[in-house]
Amino acid sequence: MNLGRRNLLGLAYMAPALLFVAVFVLYPFGQLIYTSFTDASLLGGGKWVGAANYVRIFTGDPQFWKALWFTLKYTVIITPVLMGLGYALALLTAQNDRVLQFARGVIFMPVVIGLGTSSLLWFWLFDQQVGLFDKALVDLHIANSMIVWFTNADWALWAVIISVTWKVVGFGMILFVAAIQSISREVVEASQIDGAGYWQRVSMIYAPLTLRTVLLVTLISAIGSMLAFEQLYIMTGGGPRGLTFTSVYWIYQSAFIKFQLGYGSALAIVLTAIITIAAAIQIFLTSRSAPQ
Amino acid sequence: MTDAALSTRVAAAREERVVGSNAGVRYLLAAIAVFISALMLAPVVLSFFASIKSKADASATPPTYLPHSFSLENYRNILDYQAGLWTYVGNSLLVAALAIVLVVALAVPAGYGLARFRFRGKEVLFLVLLLPLMIPYQSLLIPIYMMFAKIGLANTHIGLAIIHAILQIPFSIYLMRNSFEGVPKELEEAAVVDGGNSFQLFTRVALPLVLPGVVTIALFAFITSWNEFLAALIVMNKETLFTVPVMLVSVRTGHLGAVDWGSLQAGIIVSIIPCVLIYVFLQKYYVSGLLSGAVK
Repeated sequence: MNLGRRNLLGLAYMAPALLFVAVFVLYPFGQLIYTSFTDASLLGGGKWVGAANYVRIFTGDPQFWKALWFTLKYTVIITPVLMGLGYALALLTAQNDRVLQFARGVIFMPVVIGLGTSSLLWFWLFDQQVGLFDKALVDLHIANSMIVWFTNADWALWAVIISVTWKVVGFGMILFVAAIQSISREVVEASQIDGAGYWQRVSMIYAPLTLRTVLLVTLISAIGSMLAFEQLYIMTGGGPRGLTFTSVYWIYQSAFIKFQLGYGSALAIVLTAIITIAAAIQIFLTSRSAPQ
Repeated sequence: MTDAALSTRVAAAREERVVGSNAGVRYLLAAIAVFISALMLAPVVLSFFASIKSKADASATPPTYLPHSFSLENYRNILDYQAGLWTYVGNSLLVAALAIVLVVALAVPAGYGLARFRFRGKEVLFLVLLLPLMIPYQSLLIPIYMMFAKIGLANTHIGLAIIHAILQIPFSIYLMRNSFEGVPKELEEAAVVDGGNSFQLFTRVALPLVLPGVVTIALFAFITSWNEFLAALIVMNKETLFTVPVMLVSVRTGHLGAVDWGSLQAGIIVSIIPCVLIYVFLQKYYVSGLLSGAVK
């Protein structure tokens, strides 16, 4: 087969997927940029307004920055919780012992449940009248009475963090287990022969040899948290007093509840830019700190 | 150190593996693992118990952990909720099926093209196919919604399935490329000698060997689609087109402000069941897919 034909054949196999991405990702992304410079709304419009939407974001929309700040706070708190607990669970269950394998399977199970569903489930568990999580806290004498979680922004944040941790901690755990198990036996055995204790092994062997995976999962997890929506939409509805809106939630609110598609597009661009820059910085730091 | 002494120490080290050597530590770890498993299972188990309480029992204060009596009242209520549970389950299943078809039809040939052909610009095109990873779909929903409204895909199953397919395309293509690269070229070369053309090589020789990969991407497409919430909320505006997660939120909102907790739990269980069944019975495909997608 000559080279030109093989070129075309390879392209032909990729063509449908390329076309799909062009039509449903690249074209909309171009549209998103264009729309962000217009006053498009669900009710019509679409006149070019220049940078007006962006000016409004930076000068006339404190709620967006509050939402961004809240999202950042959520991300900064939940990411170390997820990584730390995920790693601890990975260390606990990394052996291929039957009980531990079963535990791994159970801990991972909520990952396959929808975030919307799990948020509703926890909304019920946290309810101040029928919530069994609250009741368990009372029965265990941790709380004096049923806690009202969602009328206080800080408590609401912790409620959301508890529920999301339950749902996704297994994701990091399973990847960390794989990373720990892929460390060659010889390395581990050599350290044992040299008399390294368990915690020494964790800090001198497991931690450095799984660092790349940890950084990767941290990146995936942090981006996911920066894009949080369902858990707040369902559990807090942005309340109390608009204190628990996330960025995506505020974009949704602007574009689809207040019908301002142009303005919502500008917000989406700003958020995408912030996340892309943050991710790029992390990838840059990662490639410097973990050369492999 | 003599060889014999060394080998006993190696054996002892092997014995020890990841954690402490004595049996006591091992039992303690097993006990902790079982305890954590129980904690992780508790929310779903309690939700299931609440779903089989009577409606009044499920909303009683103070609540009880266990049901006092067995009742299917909540499931009957959810079956009759608005347009009927099967309408919503049907919507979710149809969208998921369309998403699976799209993902498989697009990602399998693309993975084959990437694995089997060498041409200039291939890696750049591969990056283009991975672009959806870099642009959050949450921000694309506004222009996609406008486009769908224009070309008549708003409020359609296929429209929502397209969005769900976007989410799965990068992972699926990546996984299929790896799968095809794992198939020895010699098999196809033998088939060429027997006179097969390229498309026959693809469908008859390579494809059967990567079926586990195809199953994996189909599974992920199903779970993503079945669970996805934001796009479903935006694209499906008619009550009768709601998917299961969106229906659940409207069950929660309830009538006259009072939440029907029992129905909500029944709905939650219905929405969890397919995912957990798939996970339990096809765990092999699911976890291996996750690992190959994220670690490499």
